[in-house]
Amino acid sequence: MTAGATPGDHPEAANAAGRDGTPVVVVEARGRPCPIPIIELARAARDLGAGTVLEVLADDPAAATDVPAWCRLRGQDYLGARALPDGSGTAYRVLRTAT
Amino acid sequence: MAPYLDHASTAPLHPVAREALLAALDEGWADPARLYRQARRARLLLDAARETVAAALGARPDEVSFTASGTQAAHLAVSGSLLGRSRAGNGLLVSAVEHSCVLHAAERHEAAGGTVVQVPVDHLGRVTPADYSPGPGTALASLQHANHEVGTIQPVAAVAAVLRDHRPDGVGSTDRPGGDEKHTGPVPLHVDAAMSVGRIPVDRRALGADLLTASAHKFGGPAGVGFLVVRTGTRWRSPLPADDREGGRVPGFVNLPAVVAAAATLHARTTEMAAEARELTALVELVRARVPALVPDIDVLGDPDPTGRLPHLVTFSCLYVDGEALLRELDQAGIAVNSGSSCTSSTLAPSHVLVAMGALTHGNVRVSFGRGSTRADAERLLAVLPAAVERVRAATGGAAL
Repeated sequence: MTAGATPGDHPEAANAAGRDGTPVVVVEARGRPCPIPIIELARAARDLGAGTVLEVLADDPAAATDVPAWCRLRGQDYLGARALPDGSGTAYRVLRTAT
Repeated sequence: MAPYLDHASTAPLHPVAREALLAALDEGWADPARLYRQARRARLLLDAARETVAAALGARPDEVSFTASGTQAAHLAVSGSLLGRSRAGNGLLVSAVEHSCVLHAAERHEAAGGTVVQVPVDHLGRVTPADYSPGPGTALASLQHANHEVGTIQPVAAVAAVLRDHRPDGVGSTDRPGGDEKHTGPVPLHVDAAMSVGRIPVDRRALGADLLTASAHKFGGPAGVGFLVVRTGTRWRSPLPADDREGGRVPGFVNLPAVVAAAATLHARTTEMAAEARELTALVELVRARVPALVPDIDVLGDPDPTGRLPHLVTFSCLYVDGEALLRELDQAGIAVNSGSSCTSSTLAPSHVLVAMGALTHGNVRVSFGRGSTRADAERLLAVLPAAVERVRAATGGAAL
């Protein structure tokens, strides 16, 4: 599984899924070095419509800088990050915009 | 044609350095601390080298010591100041984008019970001077003259003014009656000028630096020579066992031939660097202007204003690109550049400079020109880069995103 999974596939992601019911698309990139998490994020985002929230799961430390940087460069909205409760990495949230 | 575009890592030996080094190997082998004629000759060479370096850096000769490297100079500047100022406190202020040699000295200080405060930078990699207002117990502040990865020039003189005007004891510039001025005075400022010396004018007095360090191999001098400038009156104590050499600041027999060559090179650089900077700025401007049009999804880093950056280097990050793979592609094409991407570092951690700037850390390339660099070198890079990036992106599924 790399991209396009639903929150149900990943309990931690599901727990954090939009409180307002917004669908969240999870991009699993744990264990992958940079720039793979960003490539997977971009591939997932390419196929999604505006308004979708993506959640990238990554343990590569570069993702903490590169996910927000990708958002800035590609005109997407960076929503924030949270550590995964099992210590396996970090979840970064991105809102797919119209651009 | 194999363009060497990594002058910011180290510069090829300058012809003046080679000539001076060969001459000094014959003339300057004796112990300058002895009293016979060979020693006096060595002493004269050492004194002349010190005067040359002092004049070039806006210092007095007795404020200049020669070290084994720029890293050693920075270590001694930071550790020696903290030791000399221990009665004032144990706080150290450093920018988040210092060279690792300064940050490692800071780590050592922290491990020994000291306090380290990191000053953030903006997206250009520049500190805000007001952020250098020292808190109580601050013993030393350290700020690079220019950044080694993106070339951004720091507002050093403004930071020095902040340190003068904001004393950590909160009494402003008014001396406390009966207070020990030596310990409650302004927080001294160490300036790591390794990237700027020999590239742009560096004047200790104009910068307001109390300590200034640099490295000879960065500007075409030989390896194995660093400069440590400690302004007269600055509290400093050697963190190393006592030794008489170099004013008691640097233990060990000085590498006199290399020091002579370093001083001669610095002198040569002061006369040639202004004209060279104009030429290299044009090359950097060419790369900065053309790269975004040639390569999609690329982020050119650092100050777009040429007066706010070093003349000889330009850094960019390519989205969806493995930096190490890109360096290999460019090396295949005969182009030598460096990268701050994590996959190219020994620690697999992304560059702390790029992280502090919030810049894209992967696909990072630092191009640094130098003496002898030509427009053809820049054109060659621009000719090779688009296909190299495309190949790397294709290999990892990062194309056409």
